[in-house]
Amino acid sequence: MSAGAPLIHARGLVKTFGELRAVDAIDFDVQPGEAFGFLGPNGAGKSSTMRMIGCVSPPSGGTLRVLGLDPLRDGPAIRGRLGVVPQQDTLDNELTVRENLIVYGRYFGLSRSEVRARAQRLLEFVQLDERANSKVEPLSGGMKRRLTIARSLVNEPDLMLLDEPTTGLDPQARHAVWDRLFRLKQRGVTLVLTTHYMDEAEQLCDRLVIMDRGTIAEEGSPAELIRRLSTREVVELRFPGEVPAVEAHAFNGQVARIDVLPDRLLLYTDDGDALVPVAHERLRPQSVLVRRSTLEDVFLRLTGRTLID
Amino acid sequence: MAYALRSYEYWLMSYRRVWRGSIVSSVLNPVLYLSALGIGLGKLVNRGGSGLGVPYLDFVAPGMLAAVCMQVAVFESSWPVRAAIRWTRQYHAMLATPLRVRDLVAGHQLWVVTRVAAVAAVYLAVLWGFGAIRSPLALVALPVAVLLGLAFTAPVSAYSAHVESDNGLTVLFRFGVTPMFLFSGTFFPLSRLPQGIREVAYATPLWHGVDLMRHLTLGTATFWPSVGHAAYLAAWGAAGLFLAHRAYTRRLVT
Repeated sequence: MSAGAPLIHARGLVKTFGELRAVDAIDFDVQPGEAFGFLGPNGAGKSSTMRMIGCVSPPSGGTLRVLGLDPLRDGPAIRGRLGVVPQQDTLDNELTVRENLIVYGRYFGLSRSEVRARAQRLLEFVQLDERANSKVEPLSGGMKRRLTIARSLVNEPDLMLLDEPTTGLDPQARHAVWDRLFRLKQRGVTLVLTTHYMDEAEQLCDRLVIMDRGTIAEEGSPAELIRRLSTREVVELRFPGEVPAVEAHAFNGQVARIDVLPDRLLLYTDDGDALVPVAHERLRPQSVLVRRSTLEDVFLRLTGRTLID
Repeated sequence: MAYALRSYEYWLMSYRRVWRGSIVSSVLNPVLYLSALGIGLGKLVNRGGSGLGVPYLDFVAPGMLAAVCMQVAVFESSWPVRAAIRWTRQYHAMLATPLRVRDLVAGHQLWVVTRVAAVAAVYLAVLWGFGAIRSPLALVALPVAVLLGLAFTAPVSAYSAHVESDNGLTVLFRFGVTPMFLFSGTFFPLSRLPQGIREVAYATPLWHGVDLMRHLTLGTATFWPSVGHAAYLAAWGAAGLFLAHRAYTRRLVT
């Protein structure tokens, strides 16, 4: 592969299931060494896209190249260079931690001695070496995730695909997983991940796309997206009873947009401190909080606050 | 083939945690069955003038051998296939590596016929110990066991991957395996069955396995009928492999 060629190249990529267009003509490129995120609510098409990249779901239309190869024709060759962390664990609970690594390494055709050596190094990397000979069954969710990450590294992949790597984990376990992913990123491993956690995307991703209903709504770095699609700060006003009705233009251009929630008003502004006295006087809130805009504000603005099930 | 061996290794590794119990039962079962049926029940049958031409033990032993090959093959390709799709999700793990659907199918089938061959070898040794083997042709029963195993494991794998719920497997055992076990010439000749049912029994792969193995252990096998039986079993195996590949693909590559 020539230098600078993208590791993943997608143009007009489509995936349909019967009538449903799960992925509806998306374009994106992932560059070597980058941490790239797919962000979106459930059903946005993130996992379908990941499965197509992972060569276990044939695209219904468009162009897809992974590592410069065609997933339809070169699936085994591509998969040999991928490290996949699926959304649902595929560990064998009855085998030991070490056996799970060894048997997986053997799928890639590694010799027994090589796979043993790598298993030991990887168990140390994810801090599971003390549990090497324990069965997988009793491990915590976070340990299983770390084992799955270790397993996905056994073939020393050029590209890692992580589908919701920390969903369902407690905060300690999430940070432990992030910590390992940071280290991989530092080593220059290309990461592609899906998530619906905004903090995860802000922590890990150099660049991301926000998906909604099978299409890409926005693309950029987390900071860029916040700058472009939200204001610098948000003033949150809490009210004990009814939230007063108020329009953004009532603030003489100080407020770009207002979100009305059941107990709160969110005023999107570039200068929160300047807005606070005005808001206090006008609306008499119970409490006021000034905070910086986050990716979550961008996300909710783009994909709406309504539940998607 | 090399790729299929990699998935074969998984089944071998997961067998290692149950092999002790498994070996005990593969020796104990034939001893118990042959004592009860061949010797116990056989005494009554022989006294009544069975018309079989051979002692009942010699008649029923190869029937049991074929039936146990079927049971092992069906068992190893029913729940384990569903587990690898739904519970351990090991097929999904394999498909995230260079392995292809055909390697999953081939590796698993290879493992099942290995199990069948091992159980058949133990069975044959026990049969020999009971004096139920009348001809060195009985050694040919070992490759026949592999063929019989394939005739079951391949279509059953296809079925297990295809059915939507575990109920489908219960149905398979209740209406497929158990009747076949009882009525495919295992315990009595098919000529005792009423017409209509007899024809169905002749069509089952188990009967072809039973008849072939019986002629081999009794030393009465002739060339062309034996080839016919083997070809029939091979046809079930081949059709099963084709269907298994299709069912796996539909289930795993979506």
